[in-house]
Amino acid sequence: MNPEVVSAILKYGVMFAVFINVAPIMNWVERRVCAFIQDRPGPNRVGPLGLFQPLADAAKFMFKEDVTPSAADKPLYLMAPALALFPAFTTFVVIPFGPDLITAAGRRIPLMVANVDTGVLLFLALSSLSVYSLVMAGYASNNKFSLLGSIRASAQLISYELALTLAVLAVIIPVGSFNLADVVAYQQTHLWSFIPQIIGFLVFLIASFAETNRLPFDLPEAESELVAGFHTEYGSMRFALFFQAEYTNMAALSALGVTLYFGGWTLPGIDFPNNWLGAALGLATLVGKIIFCMMVFVWIRWTFPRFRYDQLMRLGWKVLLPLAIFNLILVAAMTLAGWL
Amino acid sequence: METLIFALFAALALGSSIVVVTHKSPIYATLSLVLTLFAVAALFVLLGAPFVGALQILVYAGAIVVLFLFVIMLLNVQKEETAHGSRGPQLWTAIVGAVVFLGMMGLVFWRSGSPAVPPLTAESVSLKALARELFSTYLLPFEIVGLLLLVAVIGATVAARRPDALDRIGEGGEPEYLSGDEPRTDPLKSLPDPHRPSVAEPAYKEATS
Repeated sequence: MNPEVVSAILKYGVMFAVFINVAPIMNWVERRVCAFIQDRPGPNRVGPLGLFQPLADAAKFMFKEDVTPSAADKPLYLMAPALALFPAFTTFVVIPFGPDLITAAGRRIPLMVANVDTGVLLFLALSSLSVYSLVMAGYASNNKFSLLGSIRASAQLISYELALTLAVLAVIIPVGSFNLADVVAYQQTHLWSFIPQIIGFLVFLIASFAETNRLPFDLPEAESELVAGFHTEYGSMRFALFFQAEYTNMAALSALGVTLYFGGWTLPGIDFPNNWLGAALGLATLVGKIIFCMMVFVWIRWTFPRFRYDQLMRLGWKVLLPLAIFNLILVAAMTLAGWL
Repeated sequence: METLIFALFAALALGSSIVVVTHKSPIYATLSLVLTLFAVAALFVLLGAPFVGALQILVYAGAIVVLFLFVIMLLNVQKEETAHGSRGPQLWTAIVGAVVFLGMMGLVFWRSGSPAVPPLTAESVSLKALARELFSTYLLPFEIVGLLLLVAVIGATVAARRPDALDRIGEGGEPEYLSGDEPRTDPLKSLPDPHRPSVAEPAYKEATS
């Protein structure tokens, strides 16, 4: 088989192995951290410190009765949870996770599954497809709460996508290339992008909370408002798929944010060697930064109350979008002036 | 291998576009539109334009069709009943459509004998070249398209808003004043009536009597 195809499959395998473990680990982390914030123990029965709780949850998801509402639109209802995984597990193919690997045969392998010129655009394009699983789930459930949840979700997602894209675009301007490997290389020779583009970073941070339906923007799945929003009618394994998709989406967006603003797999001042050790170190650094971002996601979730829907839309269109445009113009001016 | 991938995505695009125009439920039609756009984006990538493919998914499938779905769900557009349309106009539409299509295909193949254009290089289809062309050679069409989008946005906003006082001027009857003030009273009618008390009776008097 074509060696490029083989290497792409292997690289995807590595990234997949990292991202498939996000959901079970986050399950435990979320519940323990939220318990810590709320001054209570959290799960501590199943194994030491409750570490086997995800196993217990997986067993529960597998054995629970699978109920399908009788008046639900069957094809869409069944397709929605599977479709939710599609953007989650395809967006991270453009994230570089290590220095170029120079094999014994002298071949230079960039450690990125998809080394295309349009890296970031591909990420944004695939993540914008995540709205369809929410829409299908809400519509197919034949439930007013679900429908409301999915209508709100679709409006929220497309609104914050604009601010997110403009913030990302502002990072790309001084780099001059959509390829994330070039963004990382740029940050090795200049400051990490979050320092000169602090406004853009804040816009990206807030927009990424909205893109992943996390508090304070989780009105589409708000418990106190809409029962469970668009995933009300989904139980057992289907809910587990939504759950997995949400956490993996969070991790992928964190990976993008880390690569754009915090230098990706590099550490300041340290040059990783171009061999397997360097690749492992690069991957470990990237994963460490992603873990930090996920902790911020969890921390903010259990600290802030939820935005009301009109406040949410107002924030997206009247605050974040002008800020993102201002940031874009500022960065363009700074690049022209030669400061970046 | 490339032919296989092209055949796969072309079949997907054709199949889902047929579903778009024939399915009774608007939600299924819209979701099939997403699939069509996705397949077309894959075809763009196969043609060596990954930028256009990514933009197709990002803008068209990721935002425009979401708006379609949003409106369909909000307005709760129901499934169509089986079409009872008359056969005559449908037949004529089909014939005219087929003639136009065949004419276009003929034009494409007839024109292909024109003087040879130099083959495209990787440089000429790169993102940089595209951007350079768009902002230099094709600047005027680019700006006109932007203006067109602005006109569309303004038109949509105007078409969709509630009619206010300015729209009701031609309707006749008492004009509604824009500031919501009370209409000016007729001076003759505001003279006190000698047969009636000038101060209104307090309401509690009626209640206790």
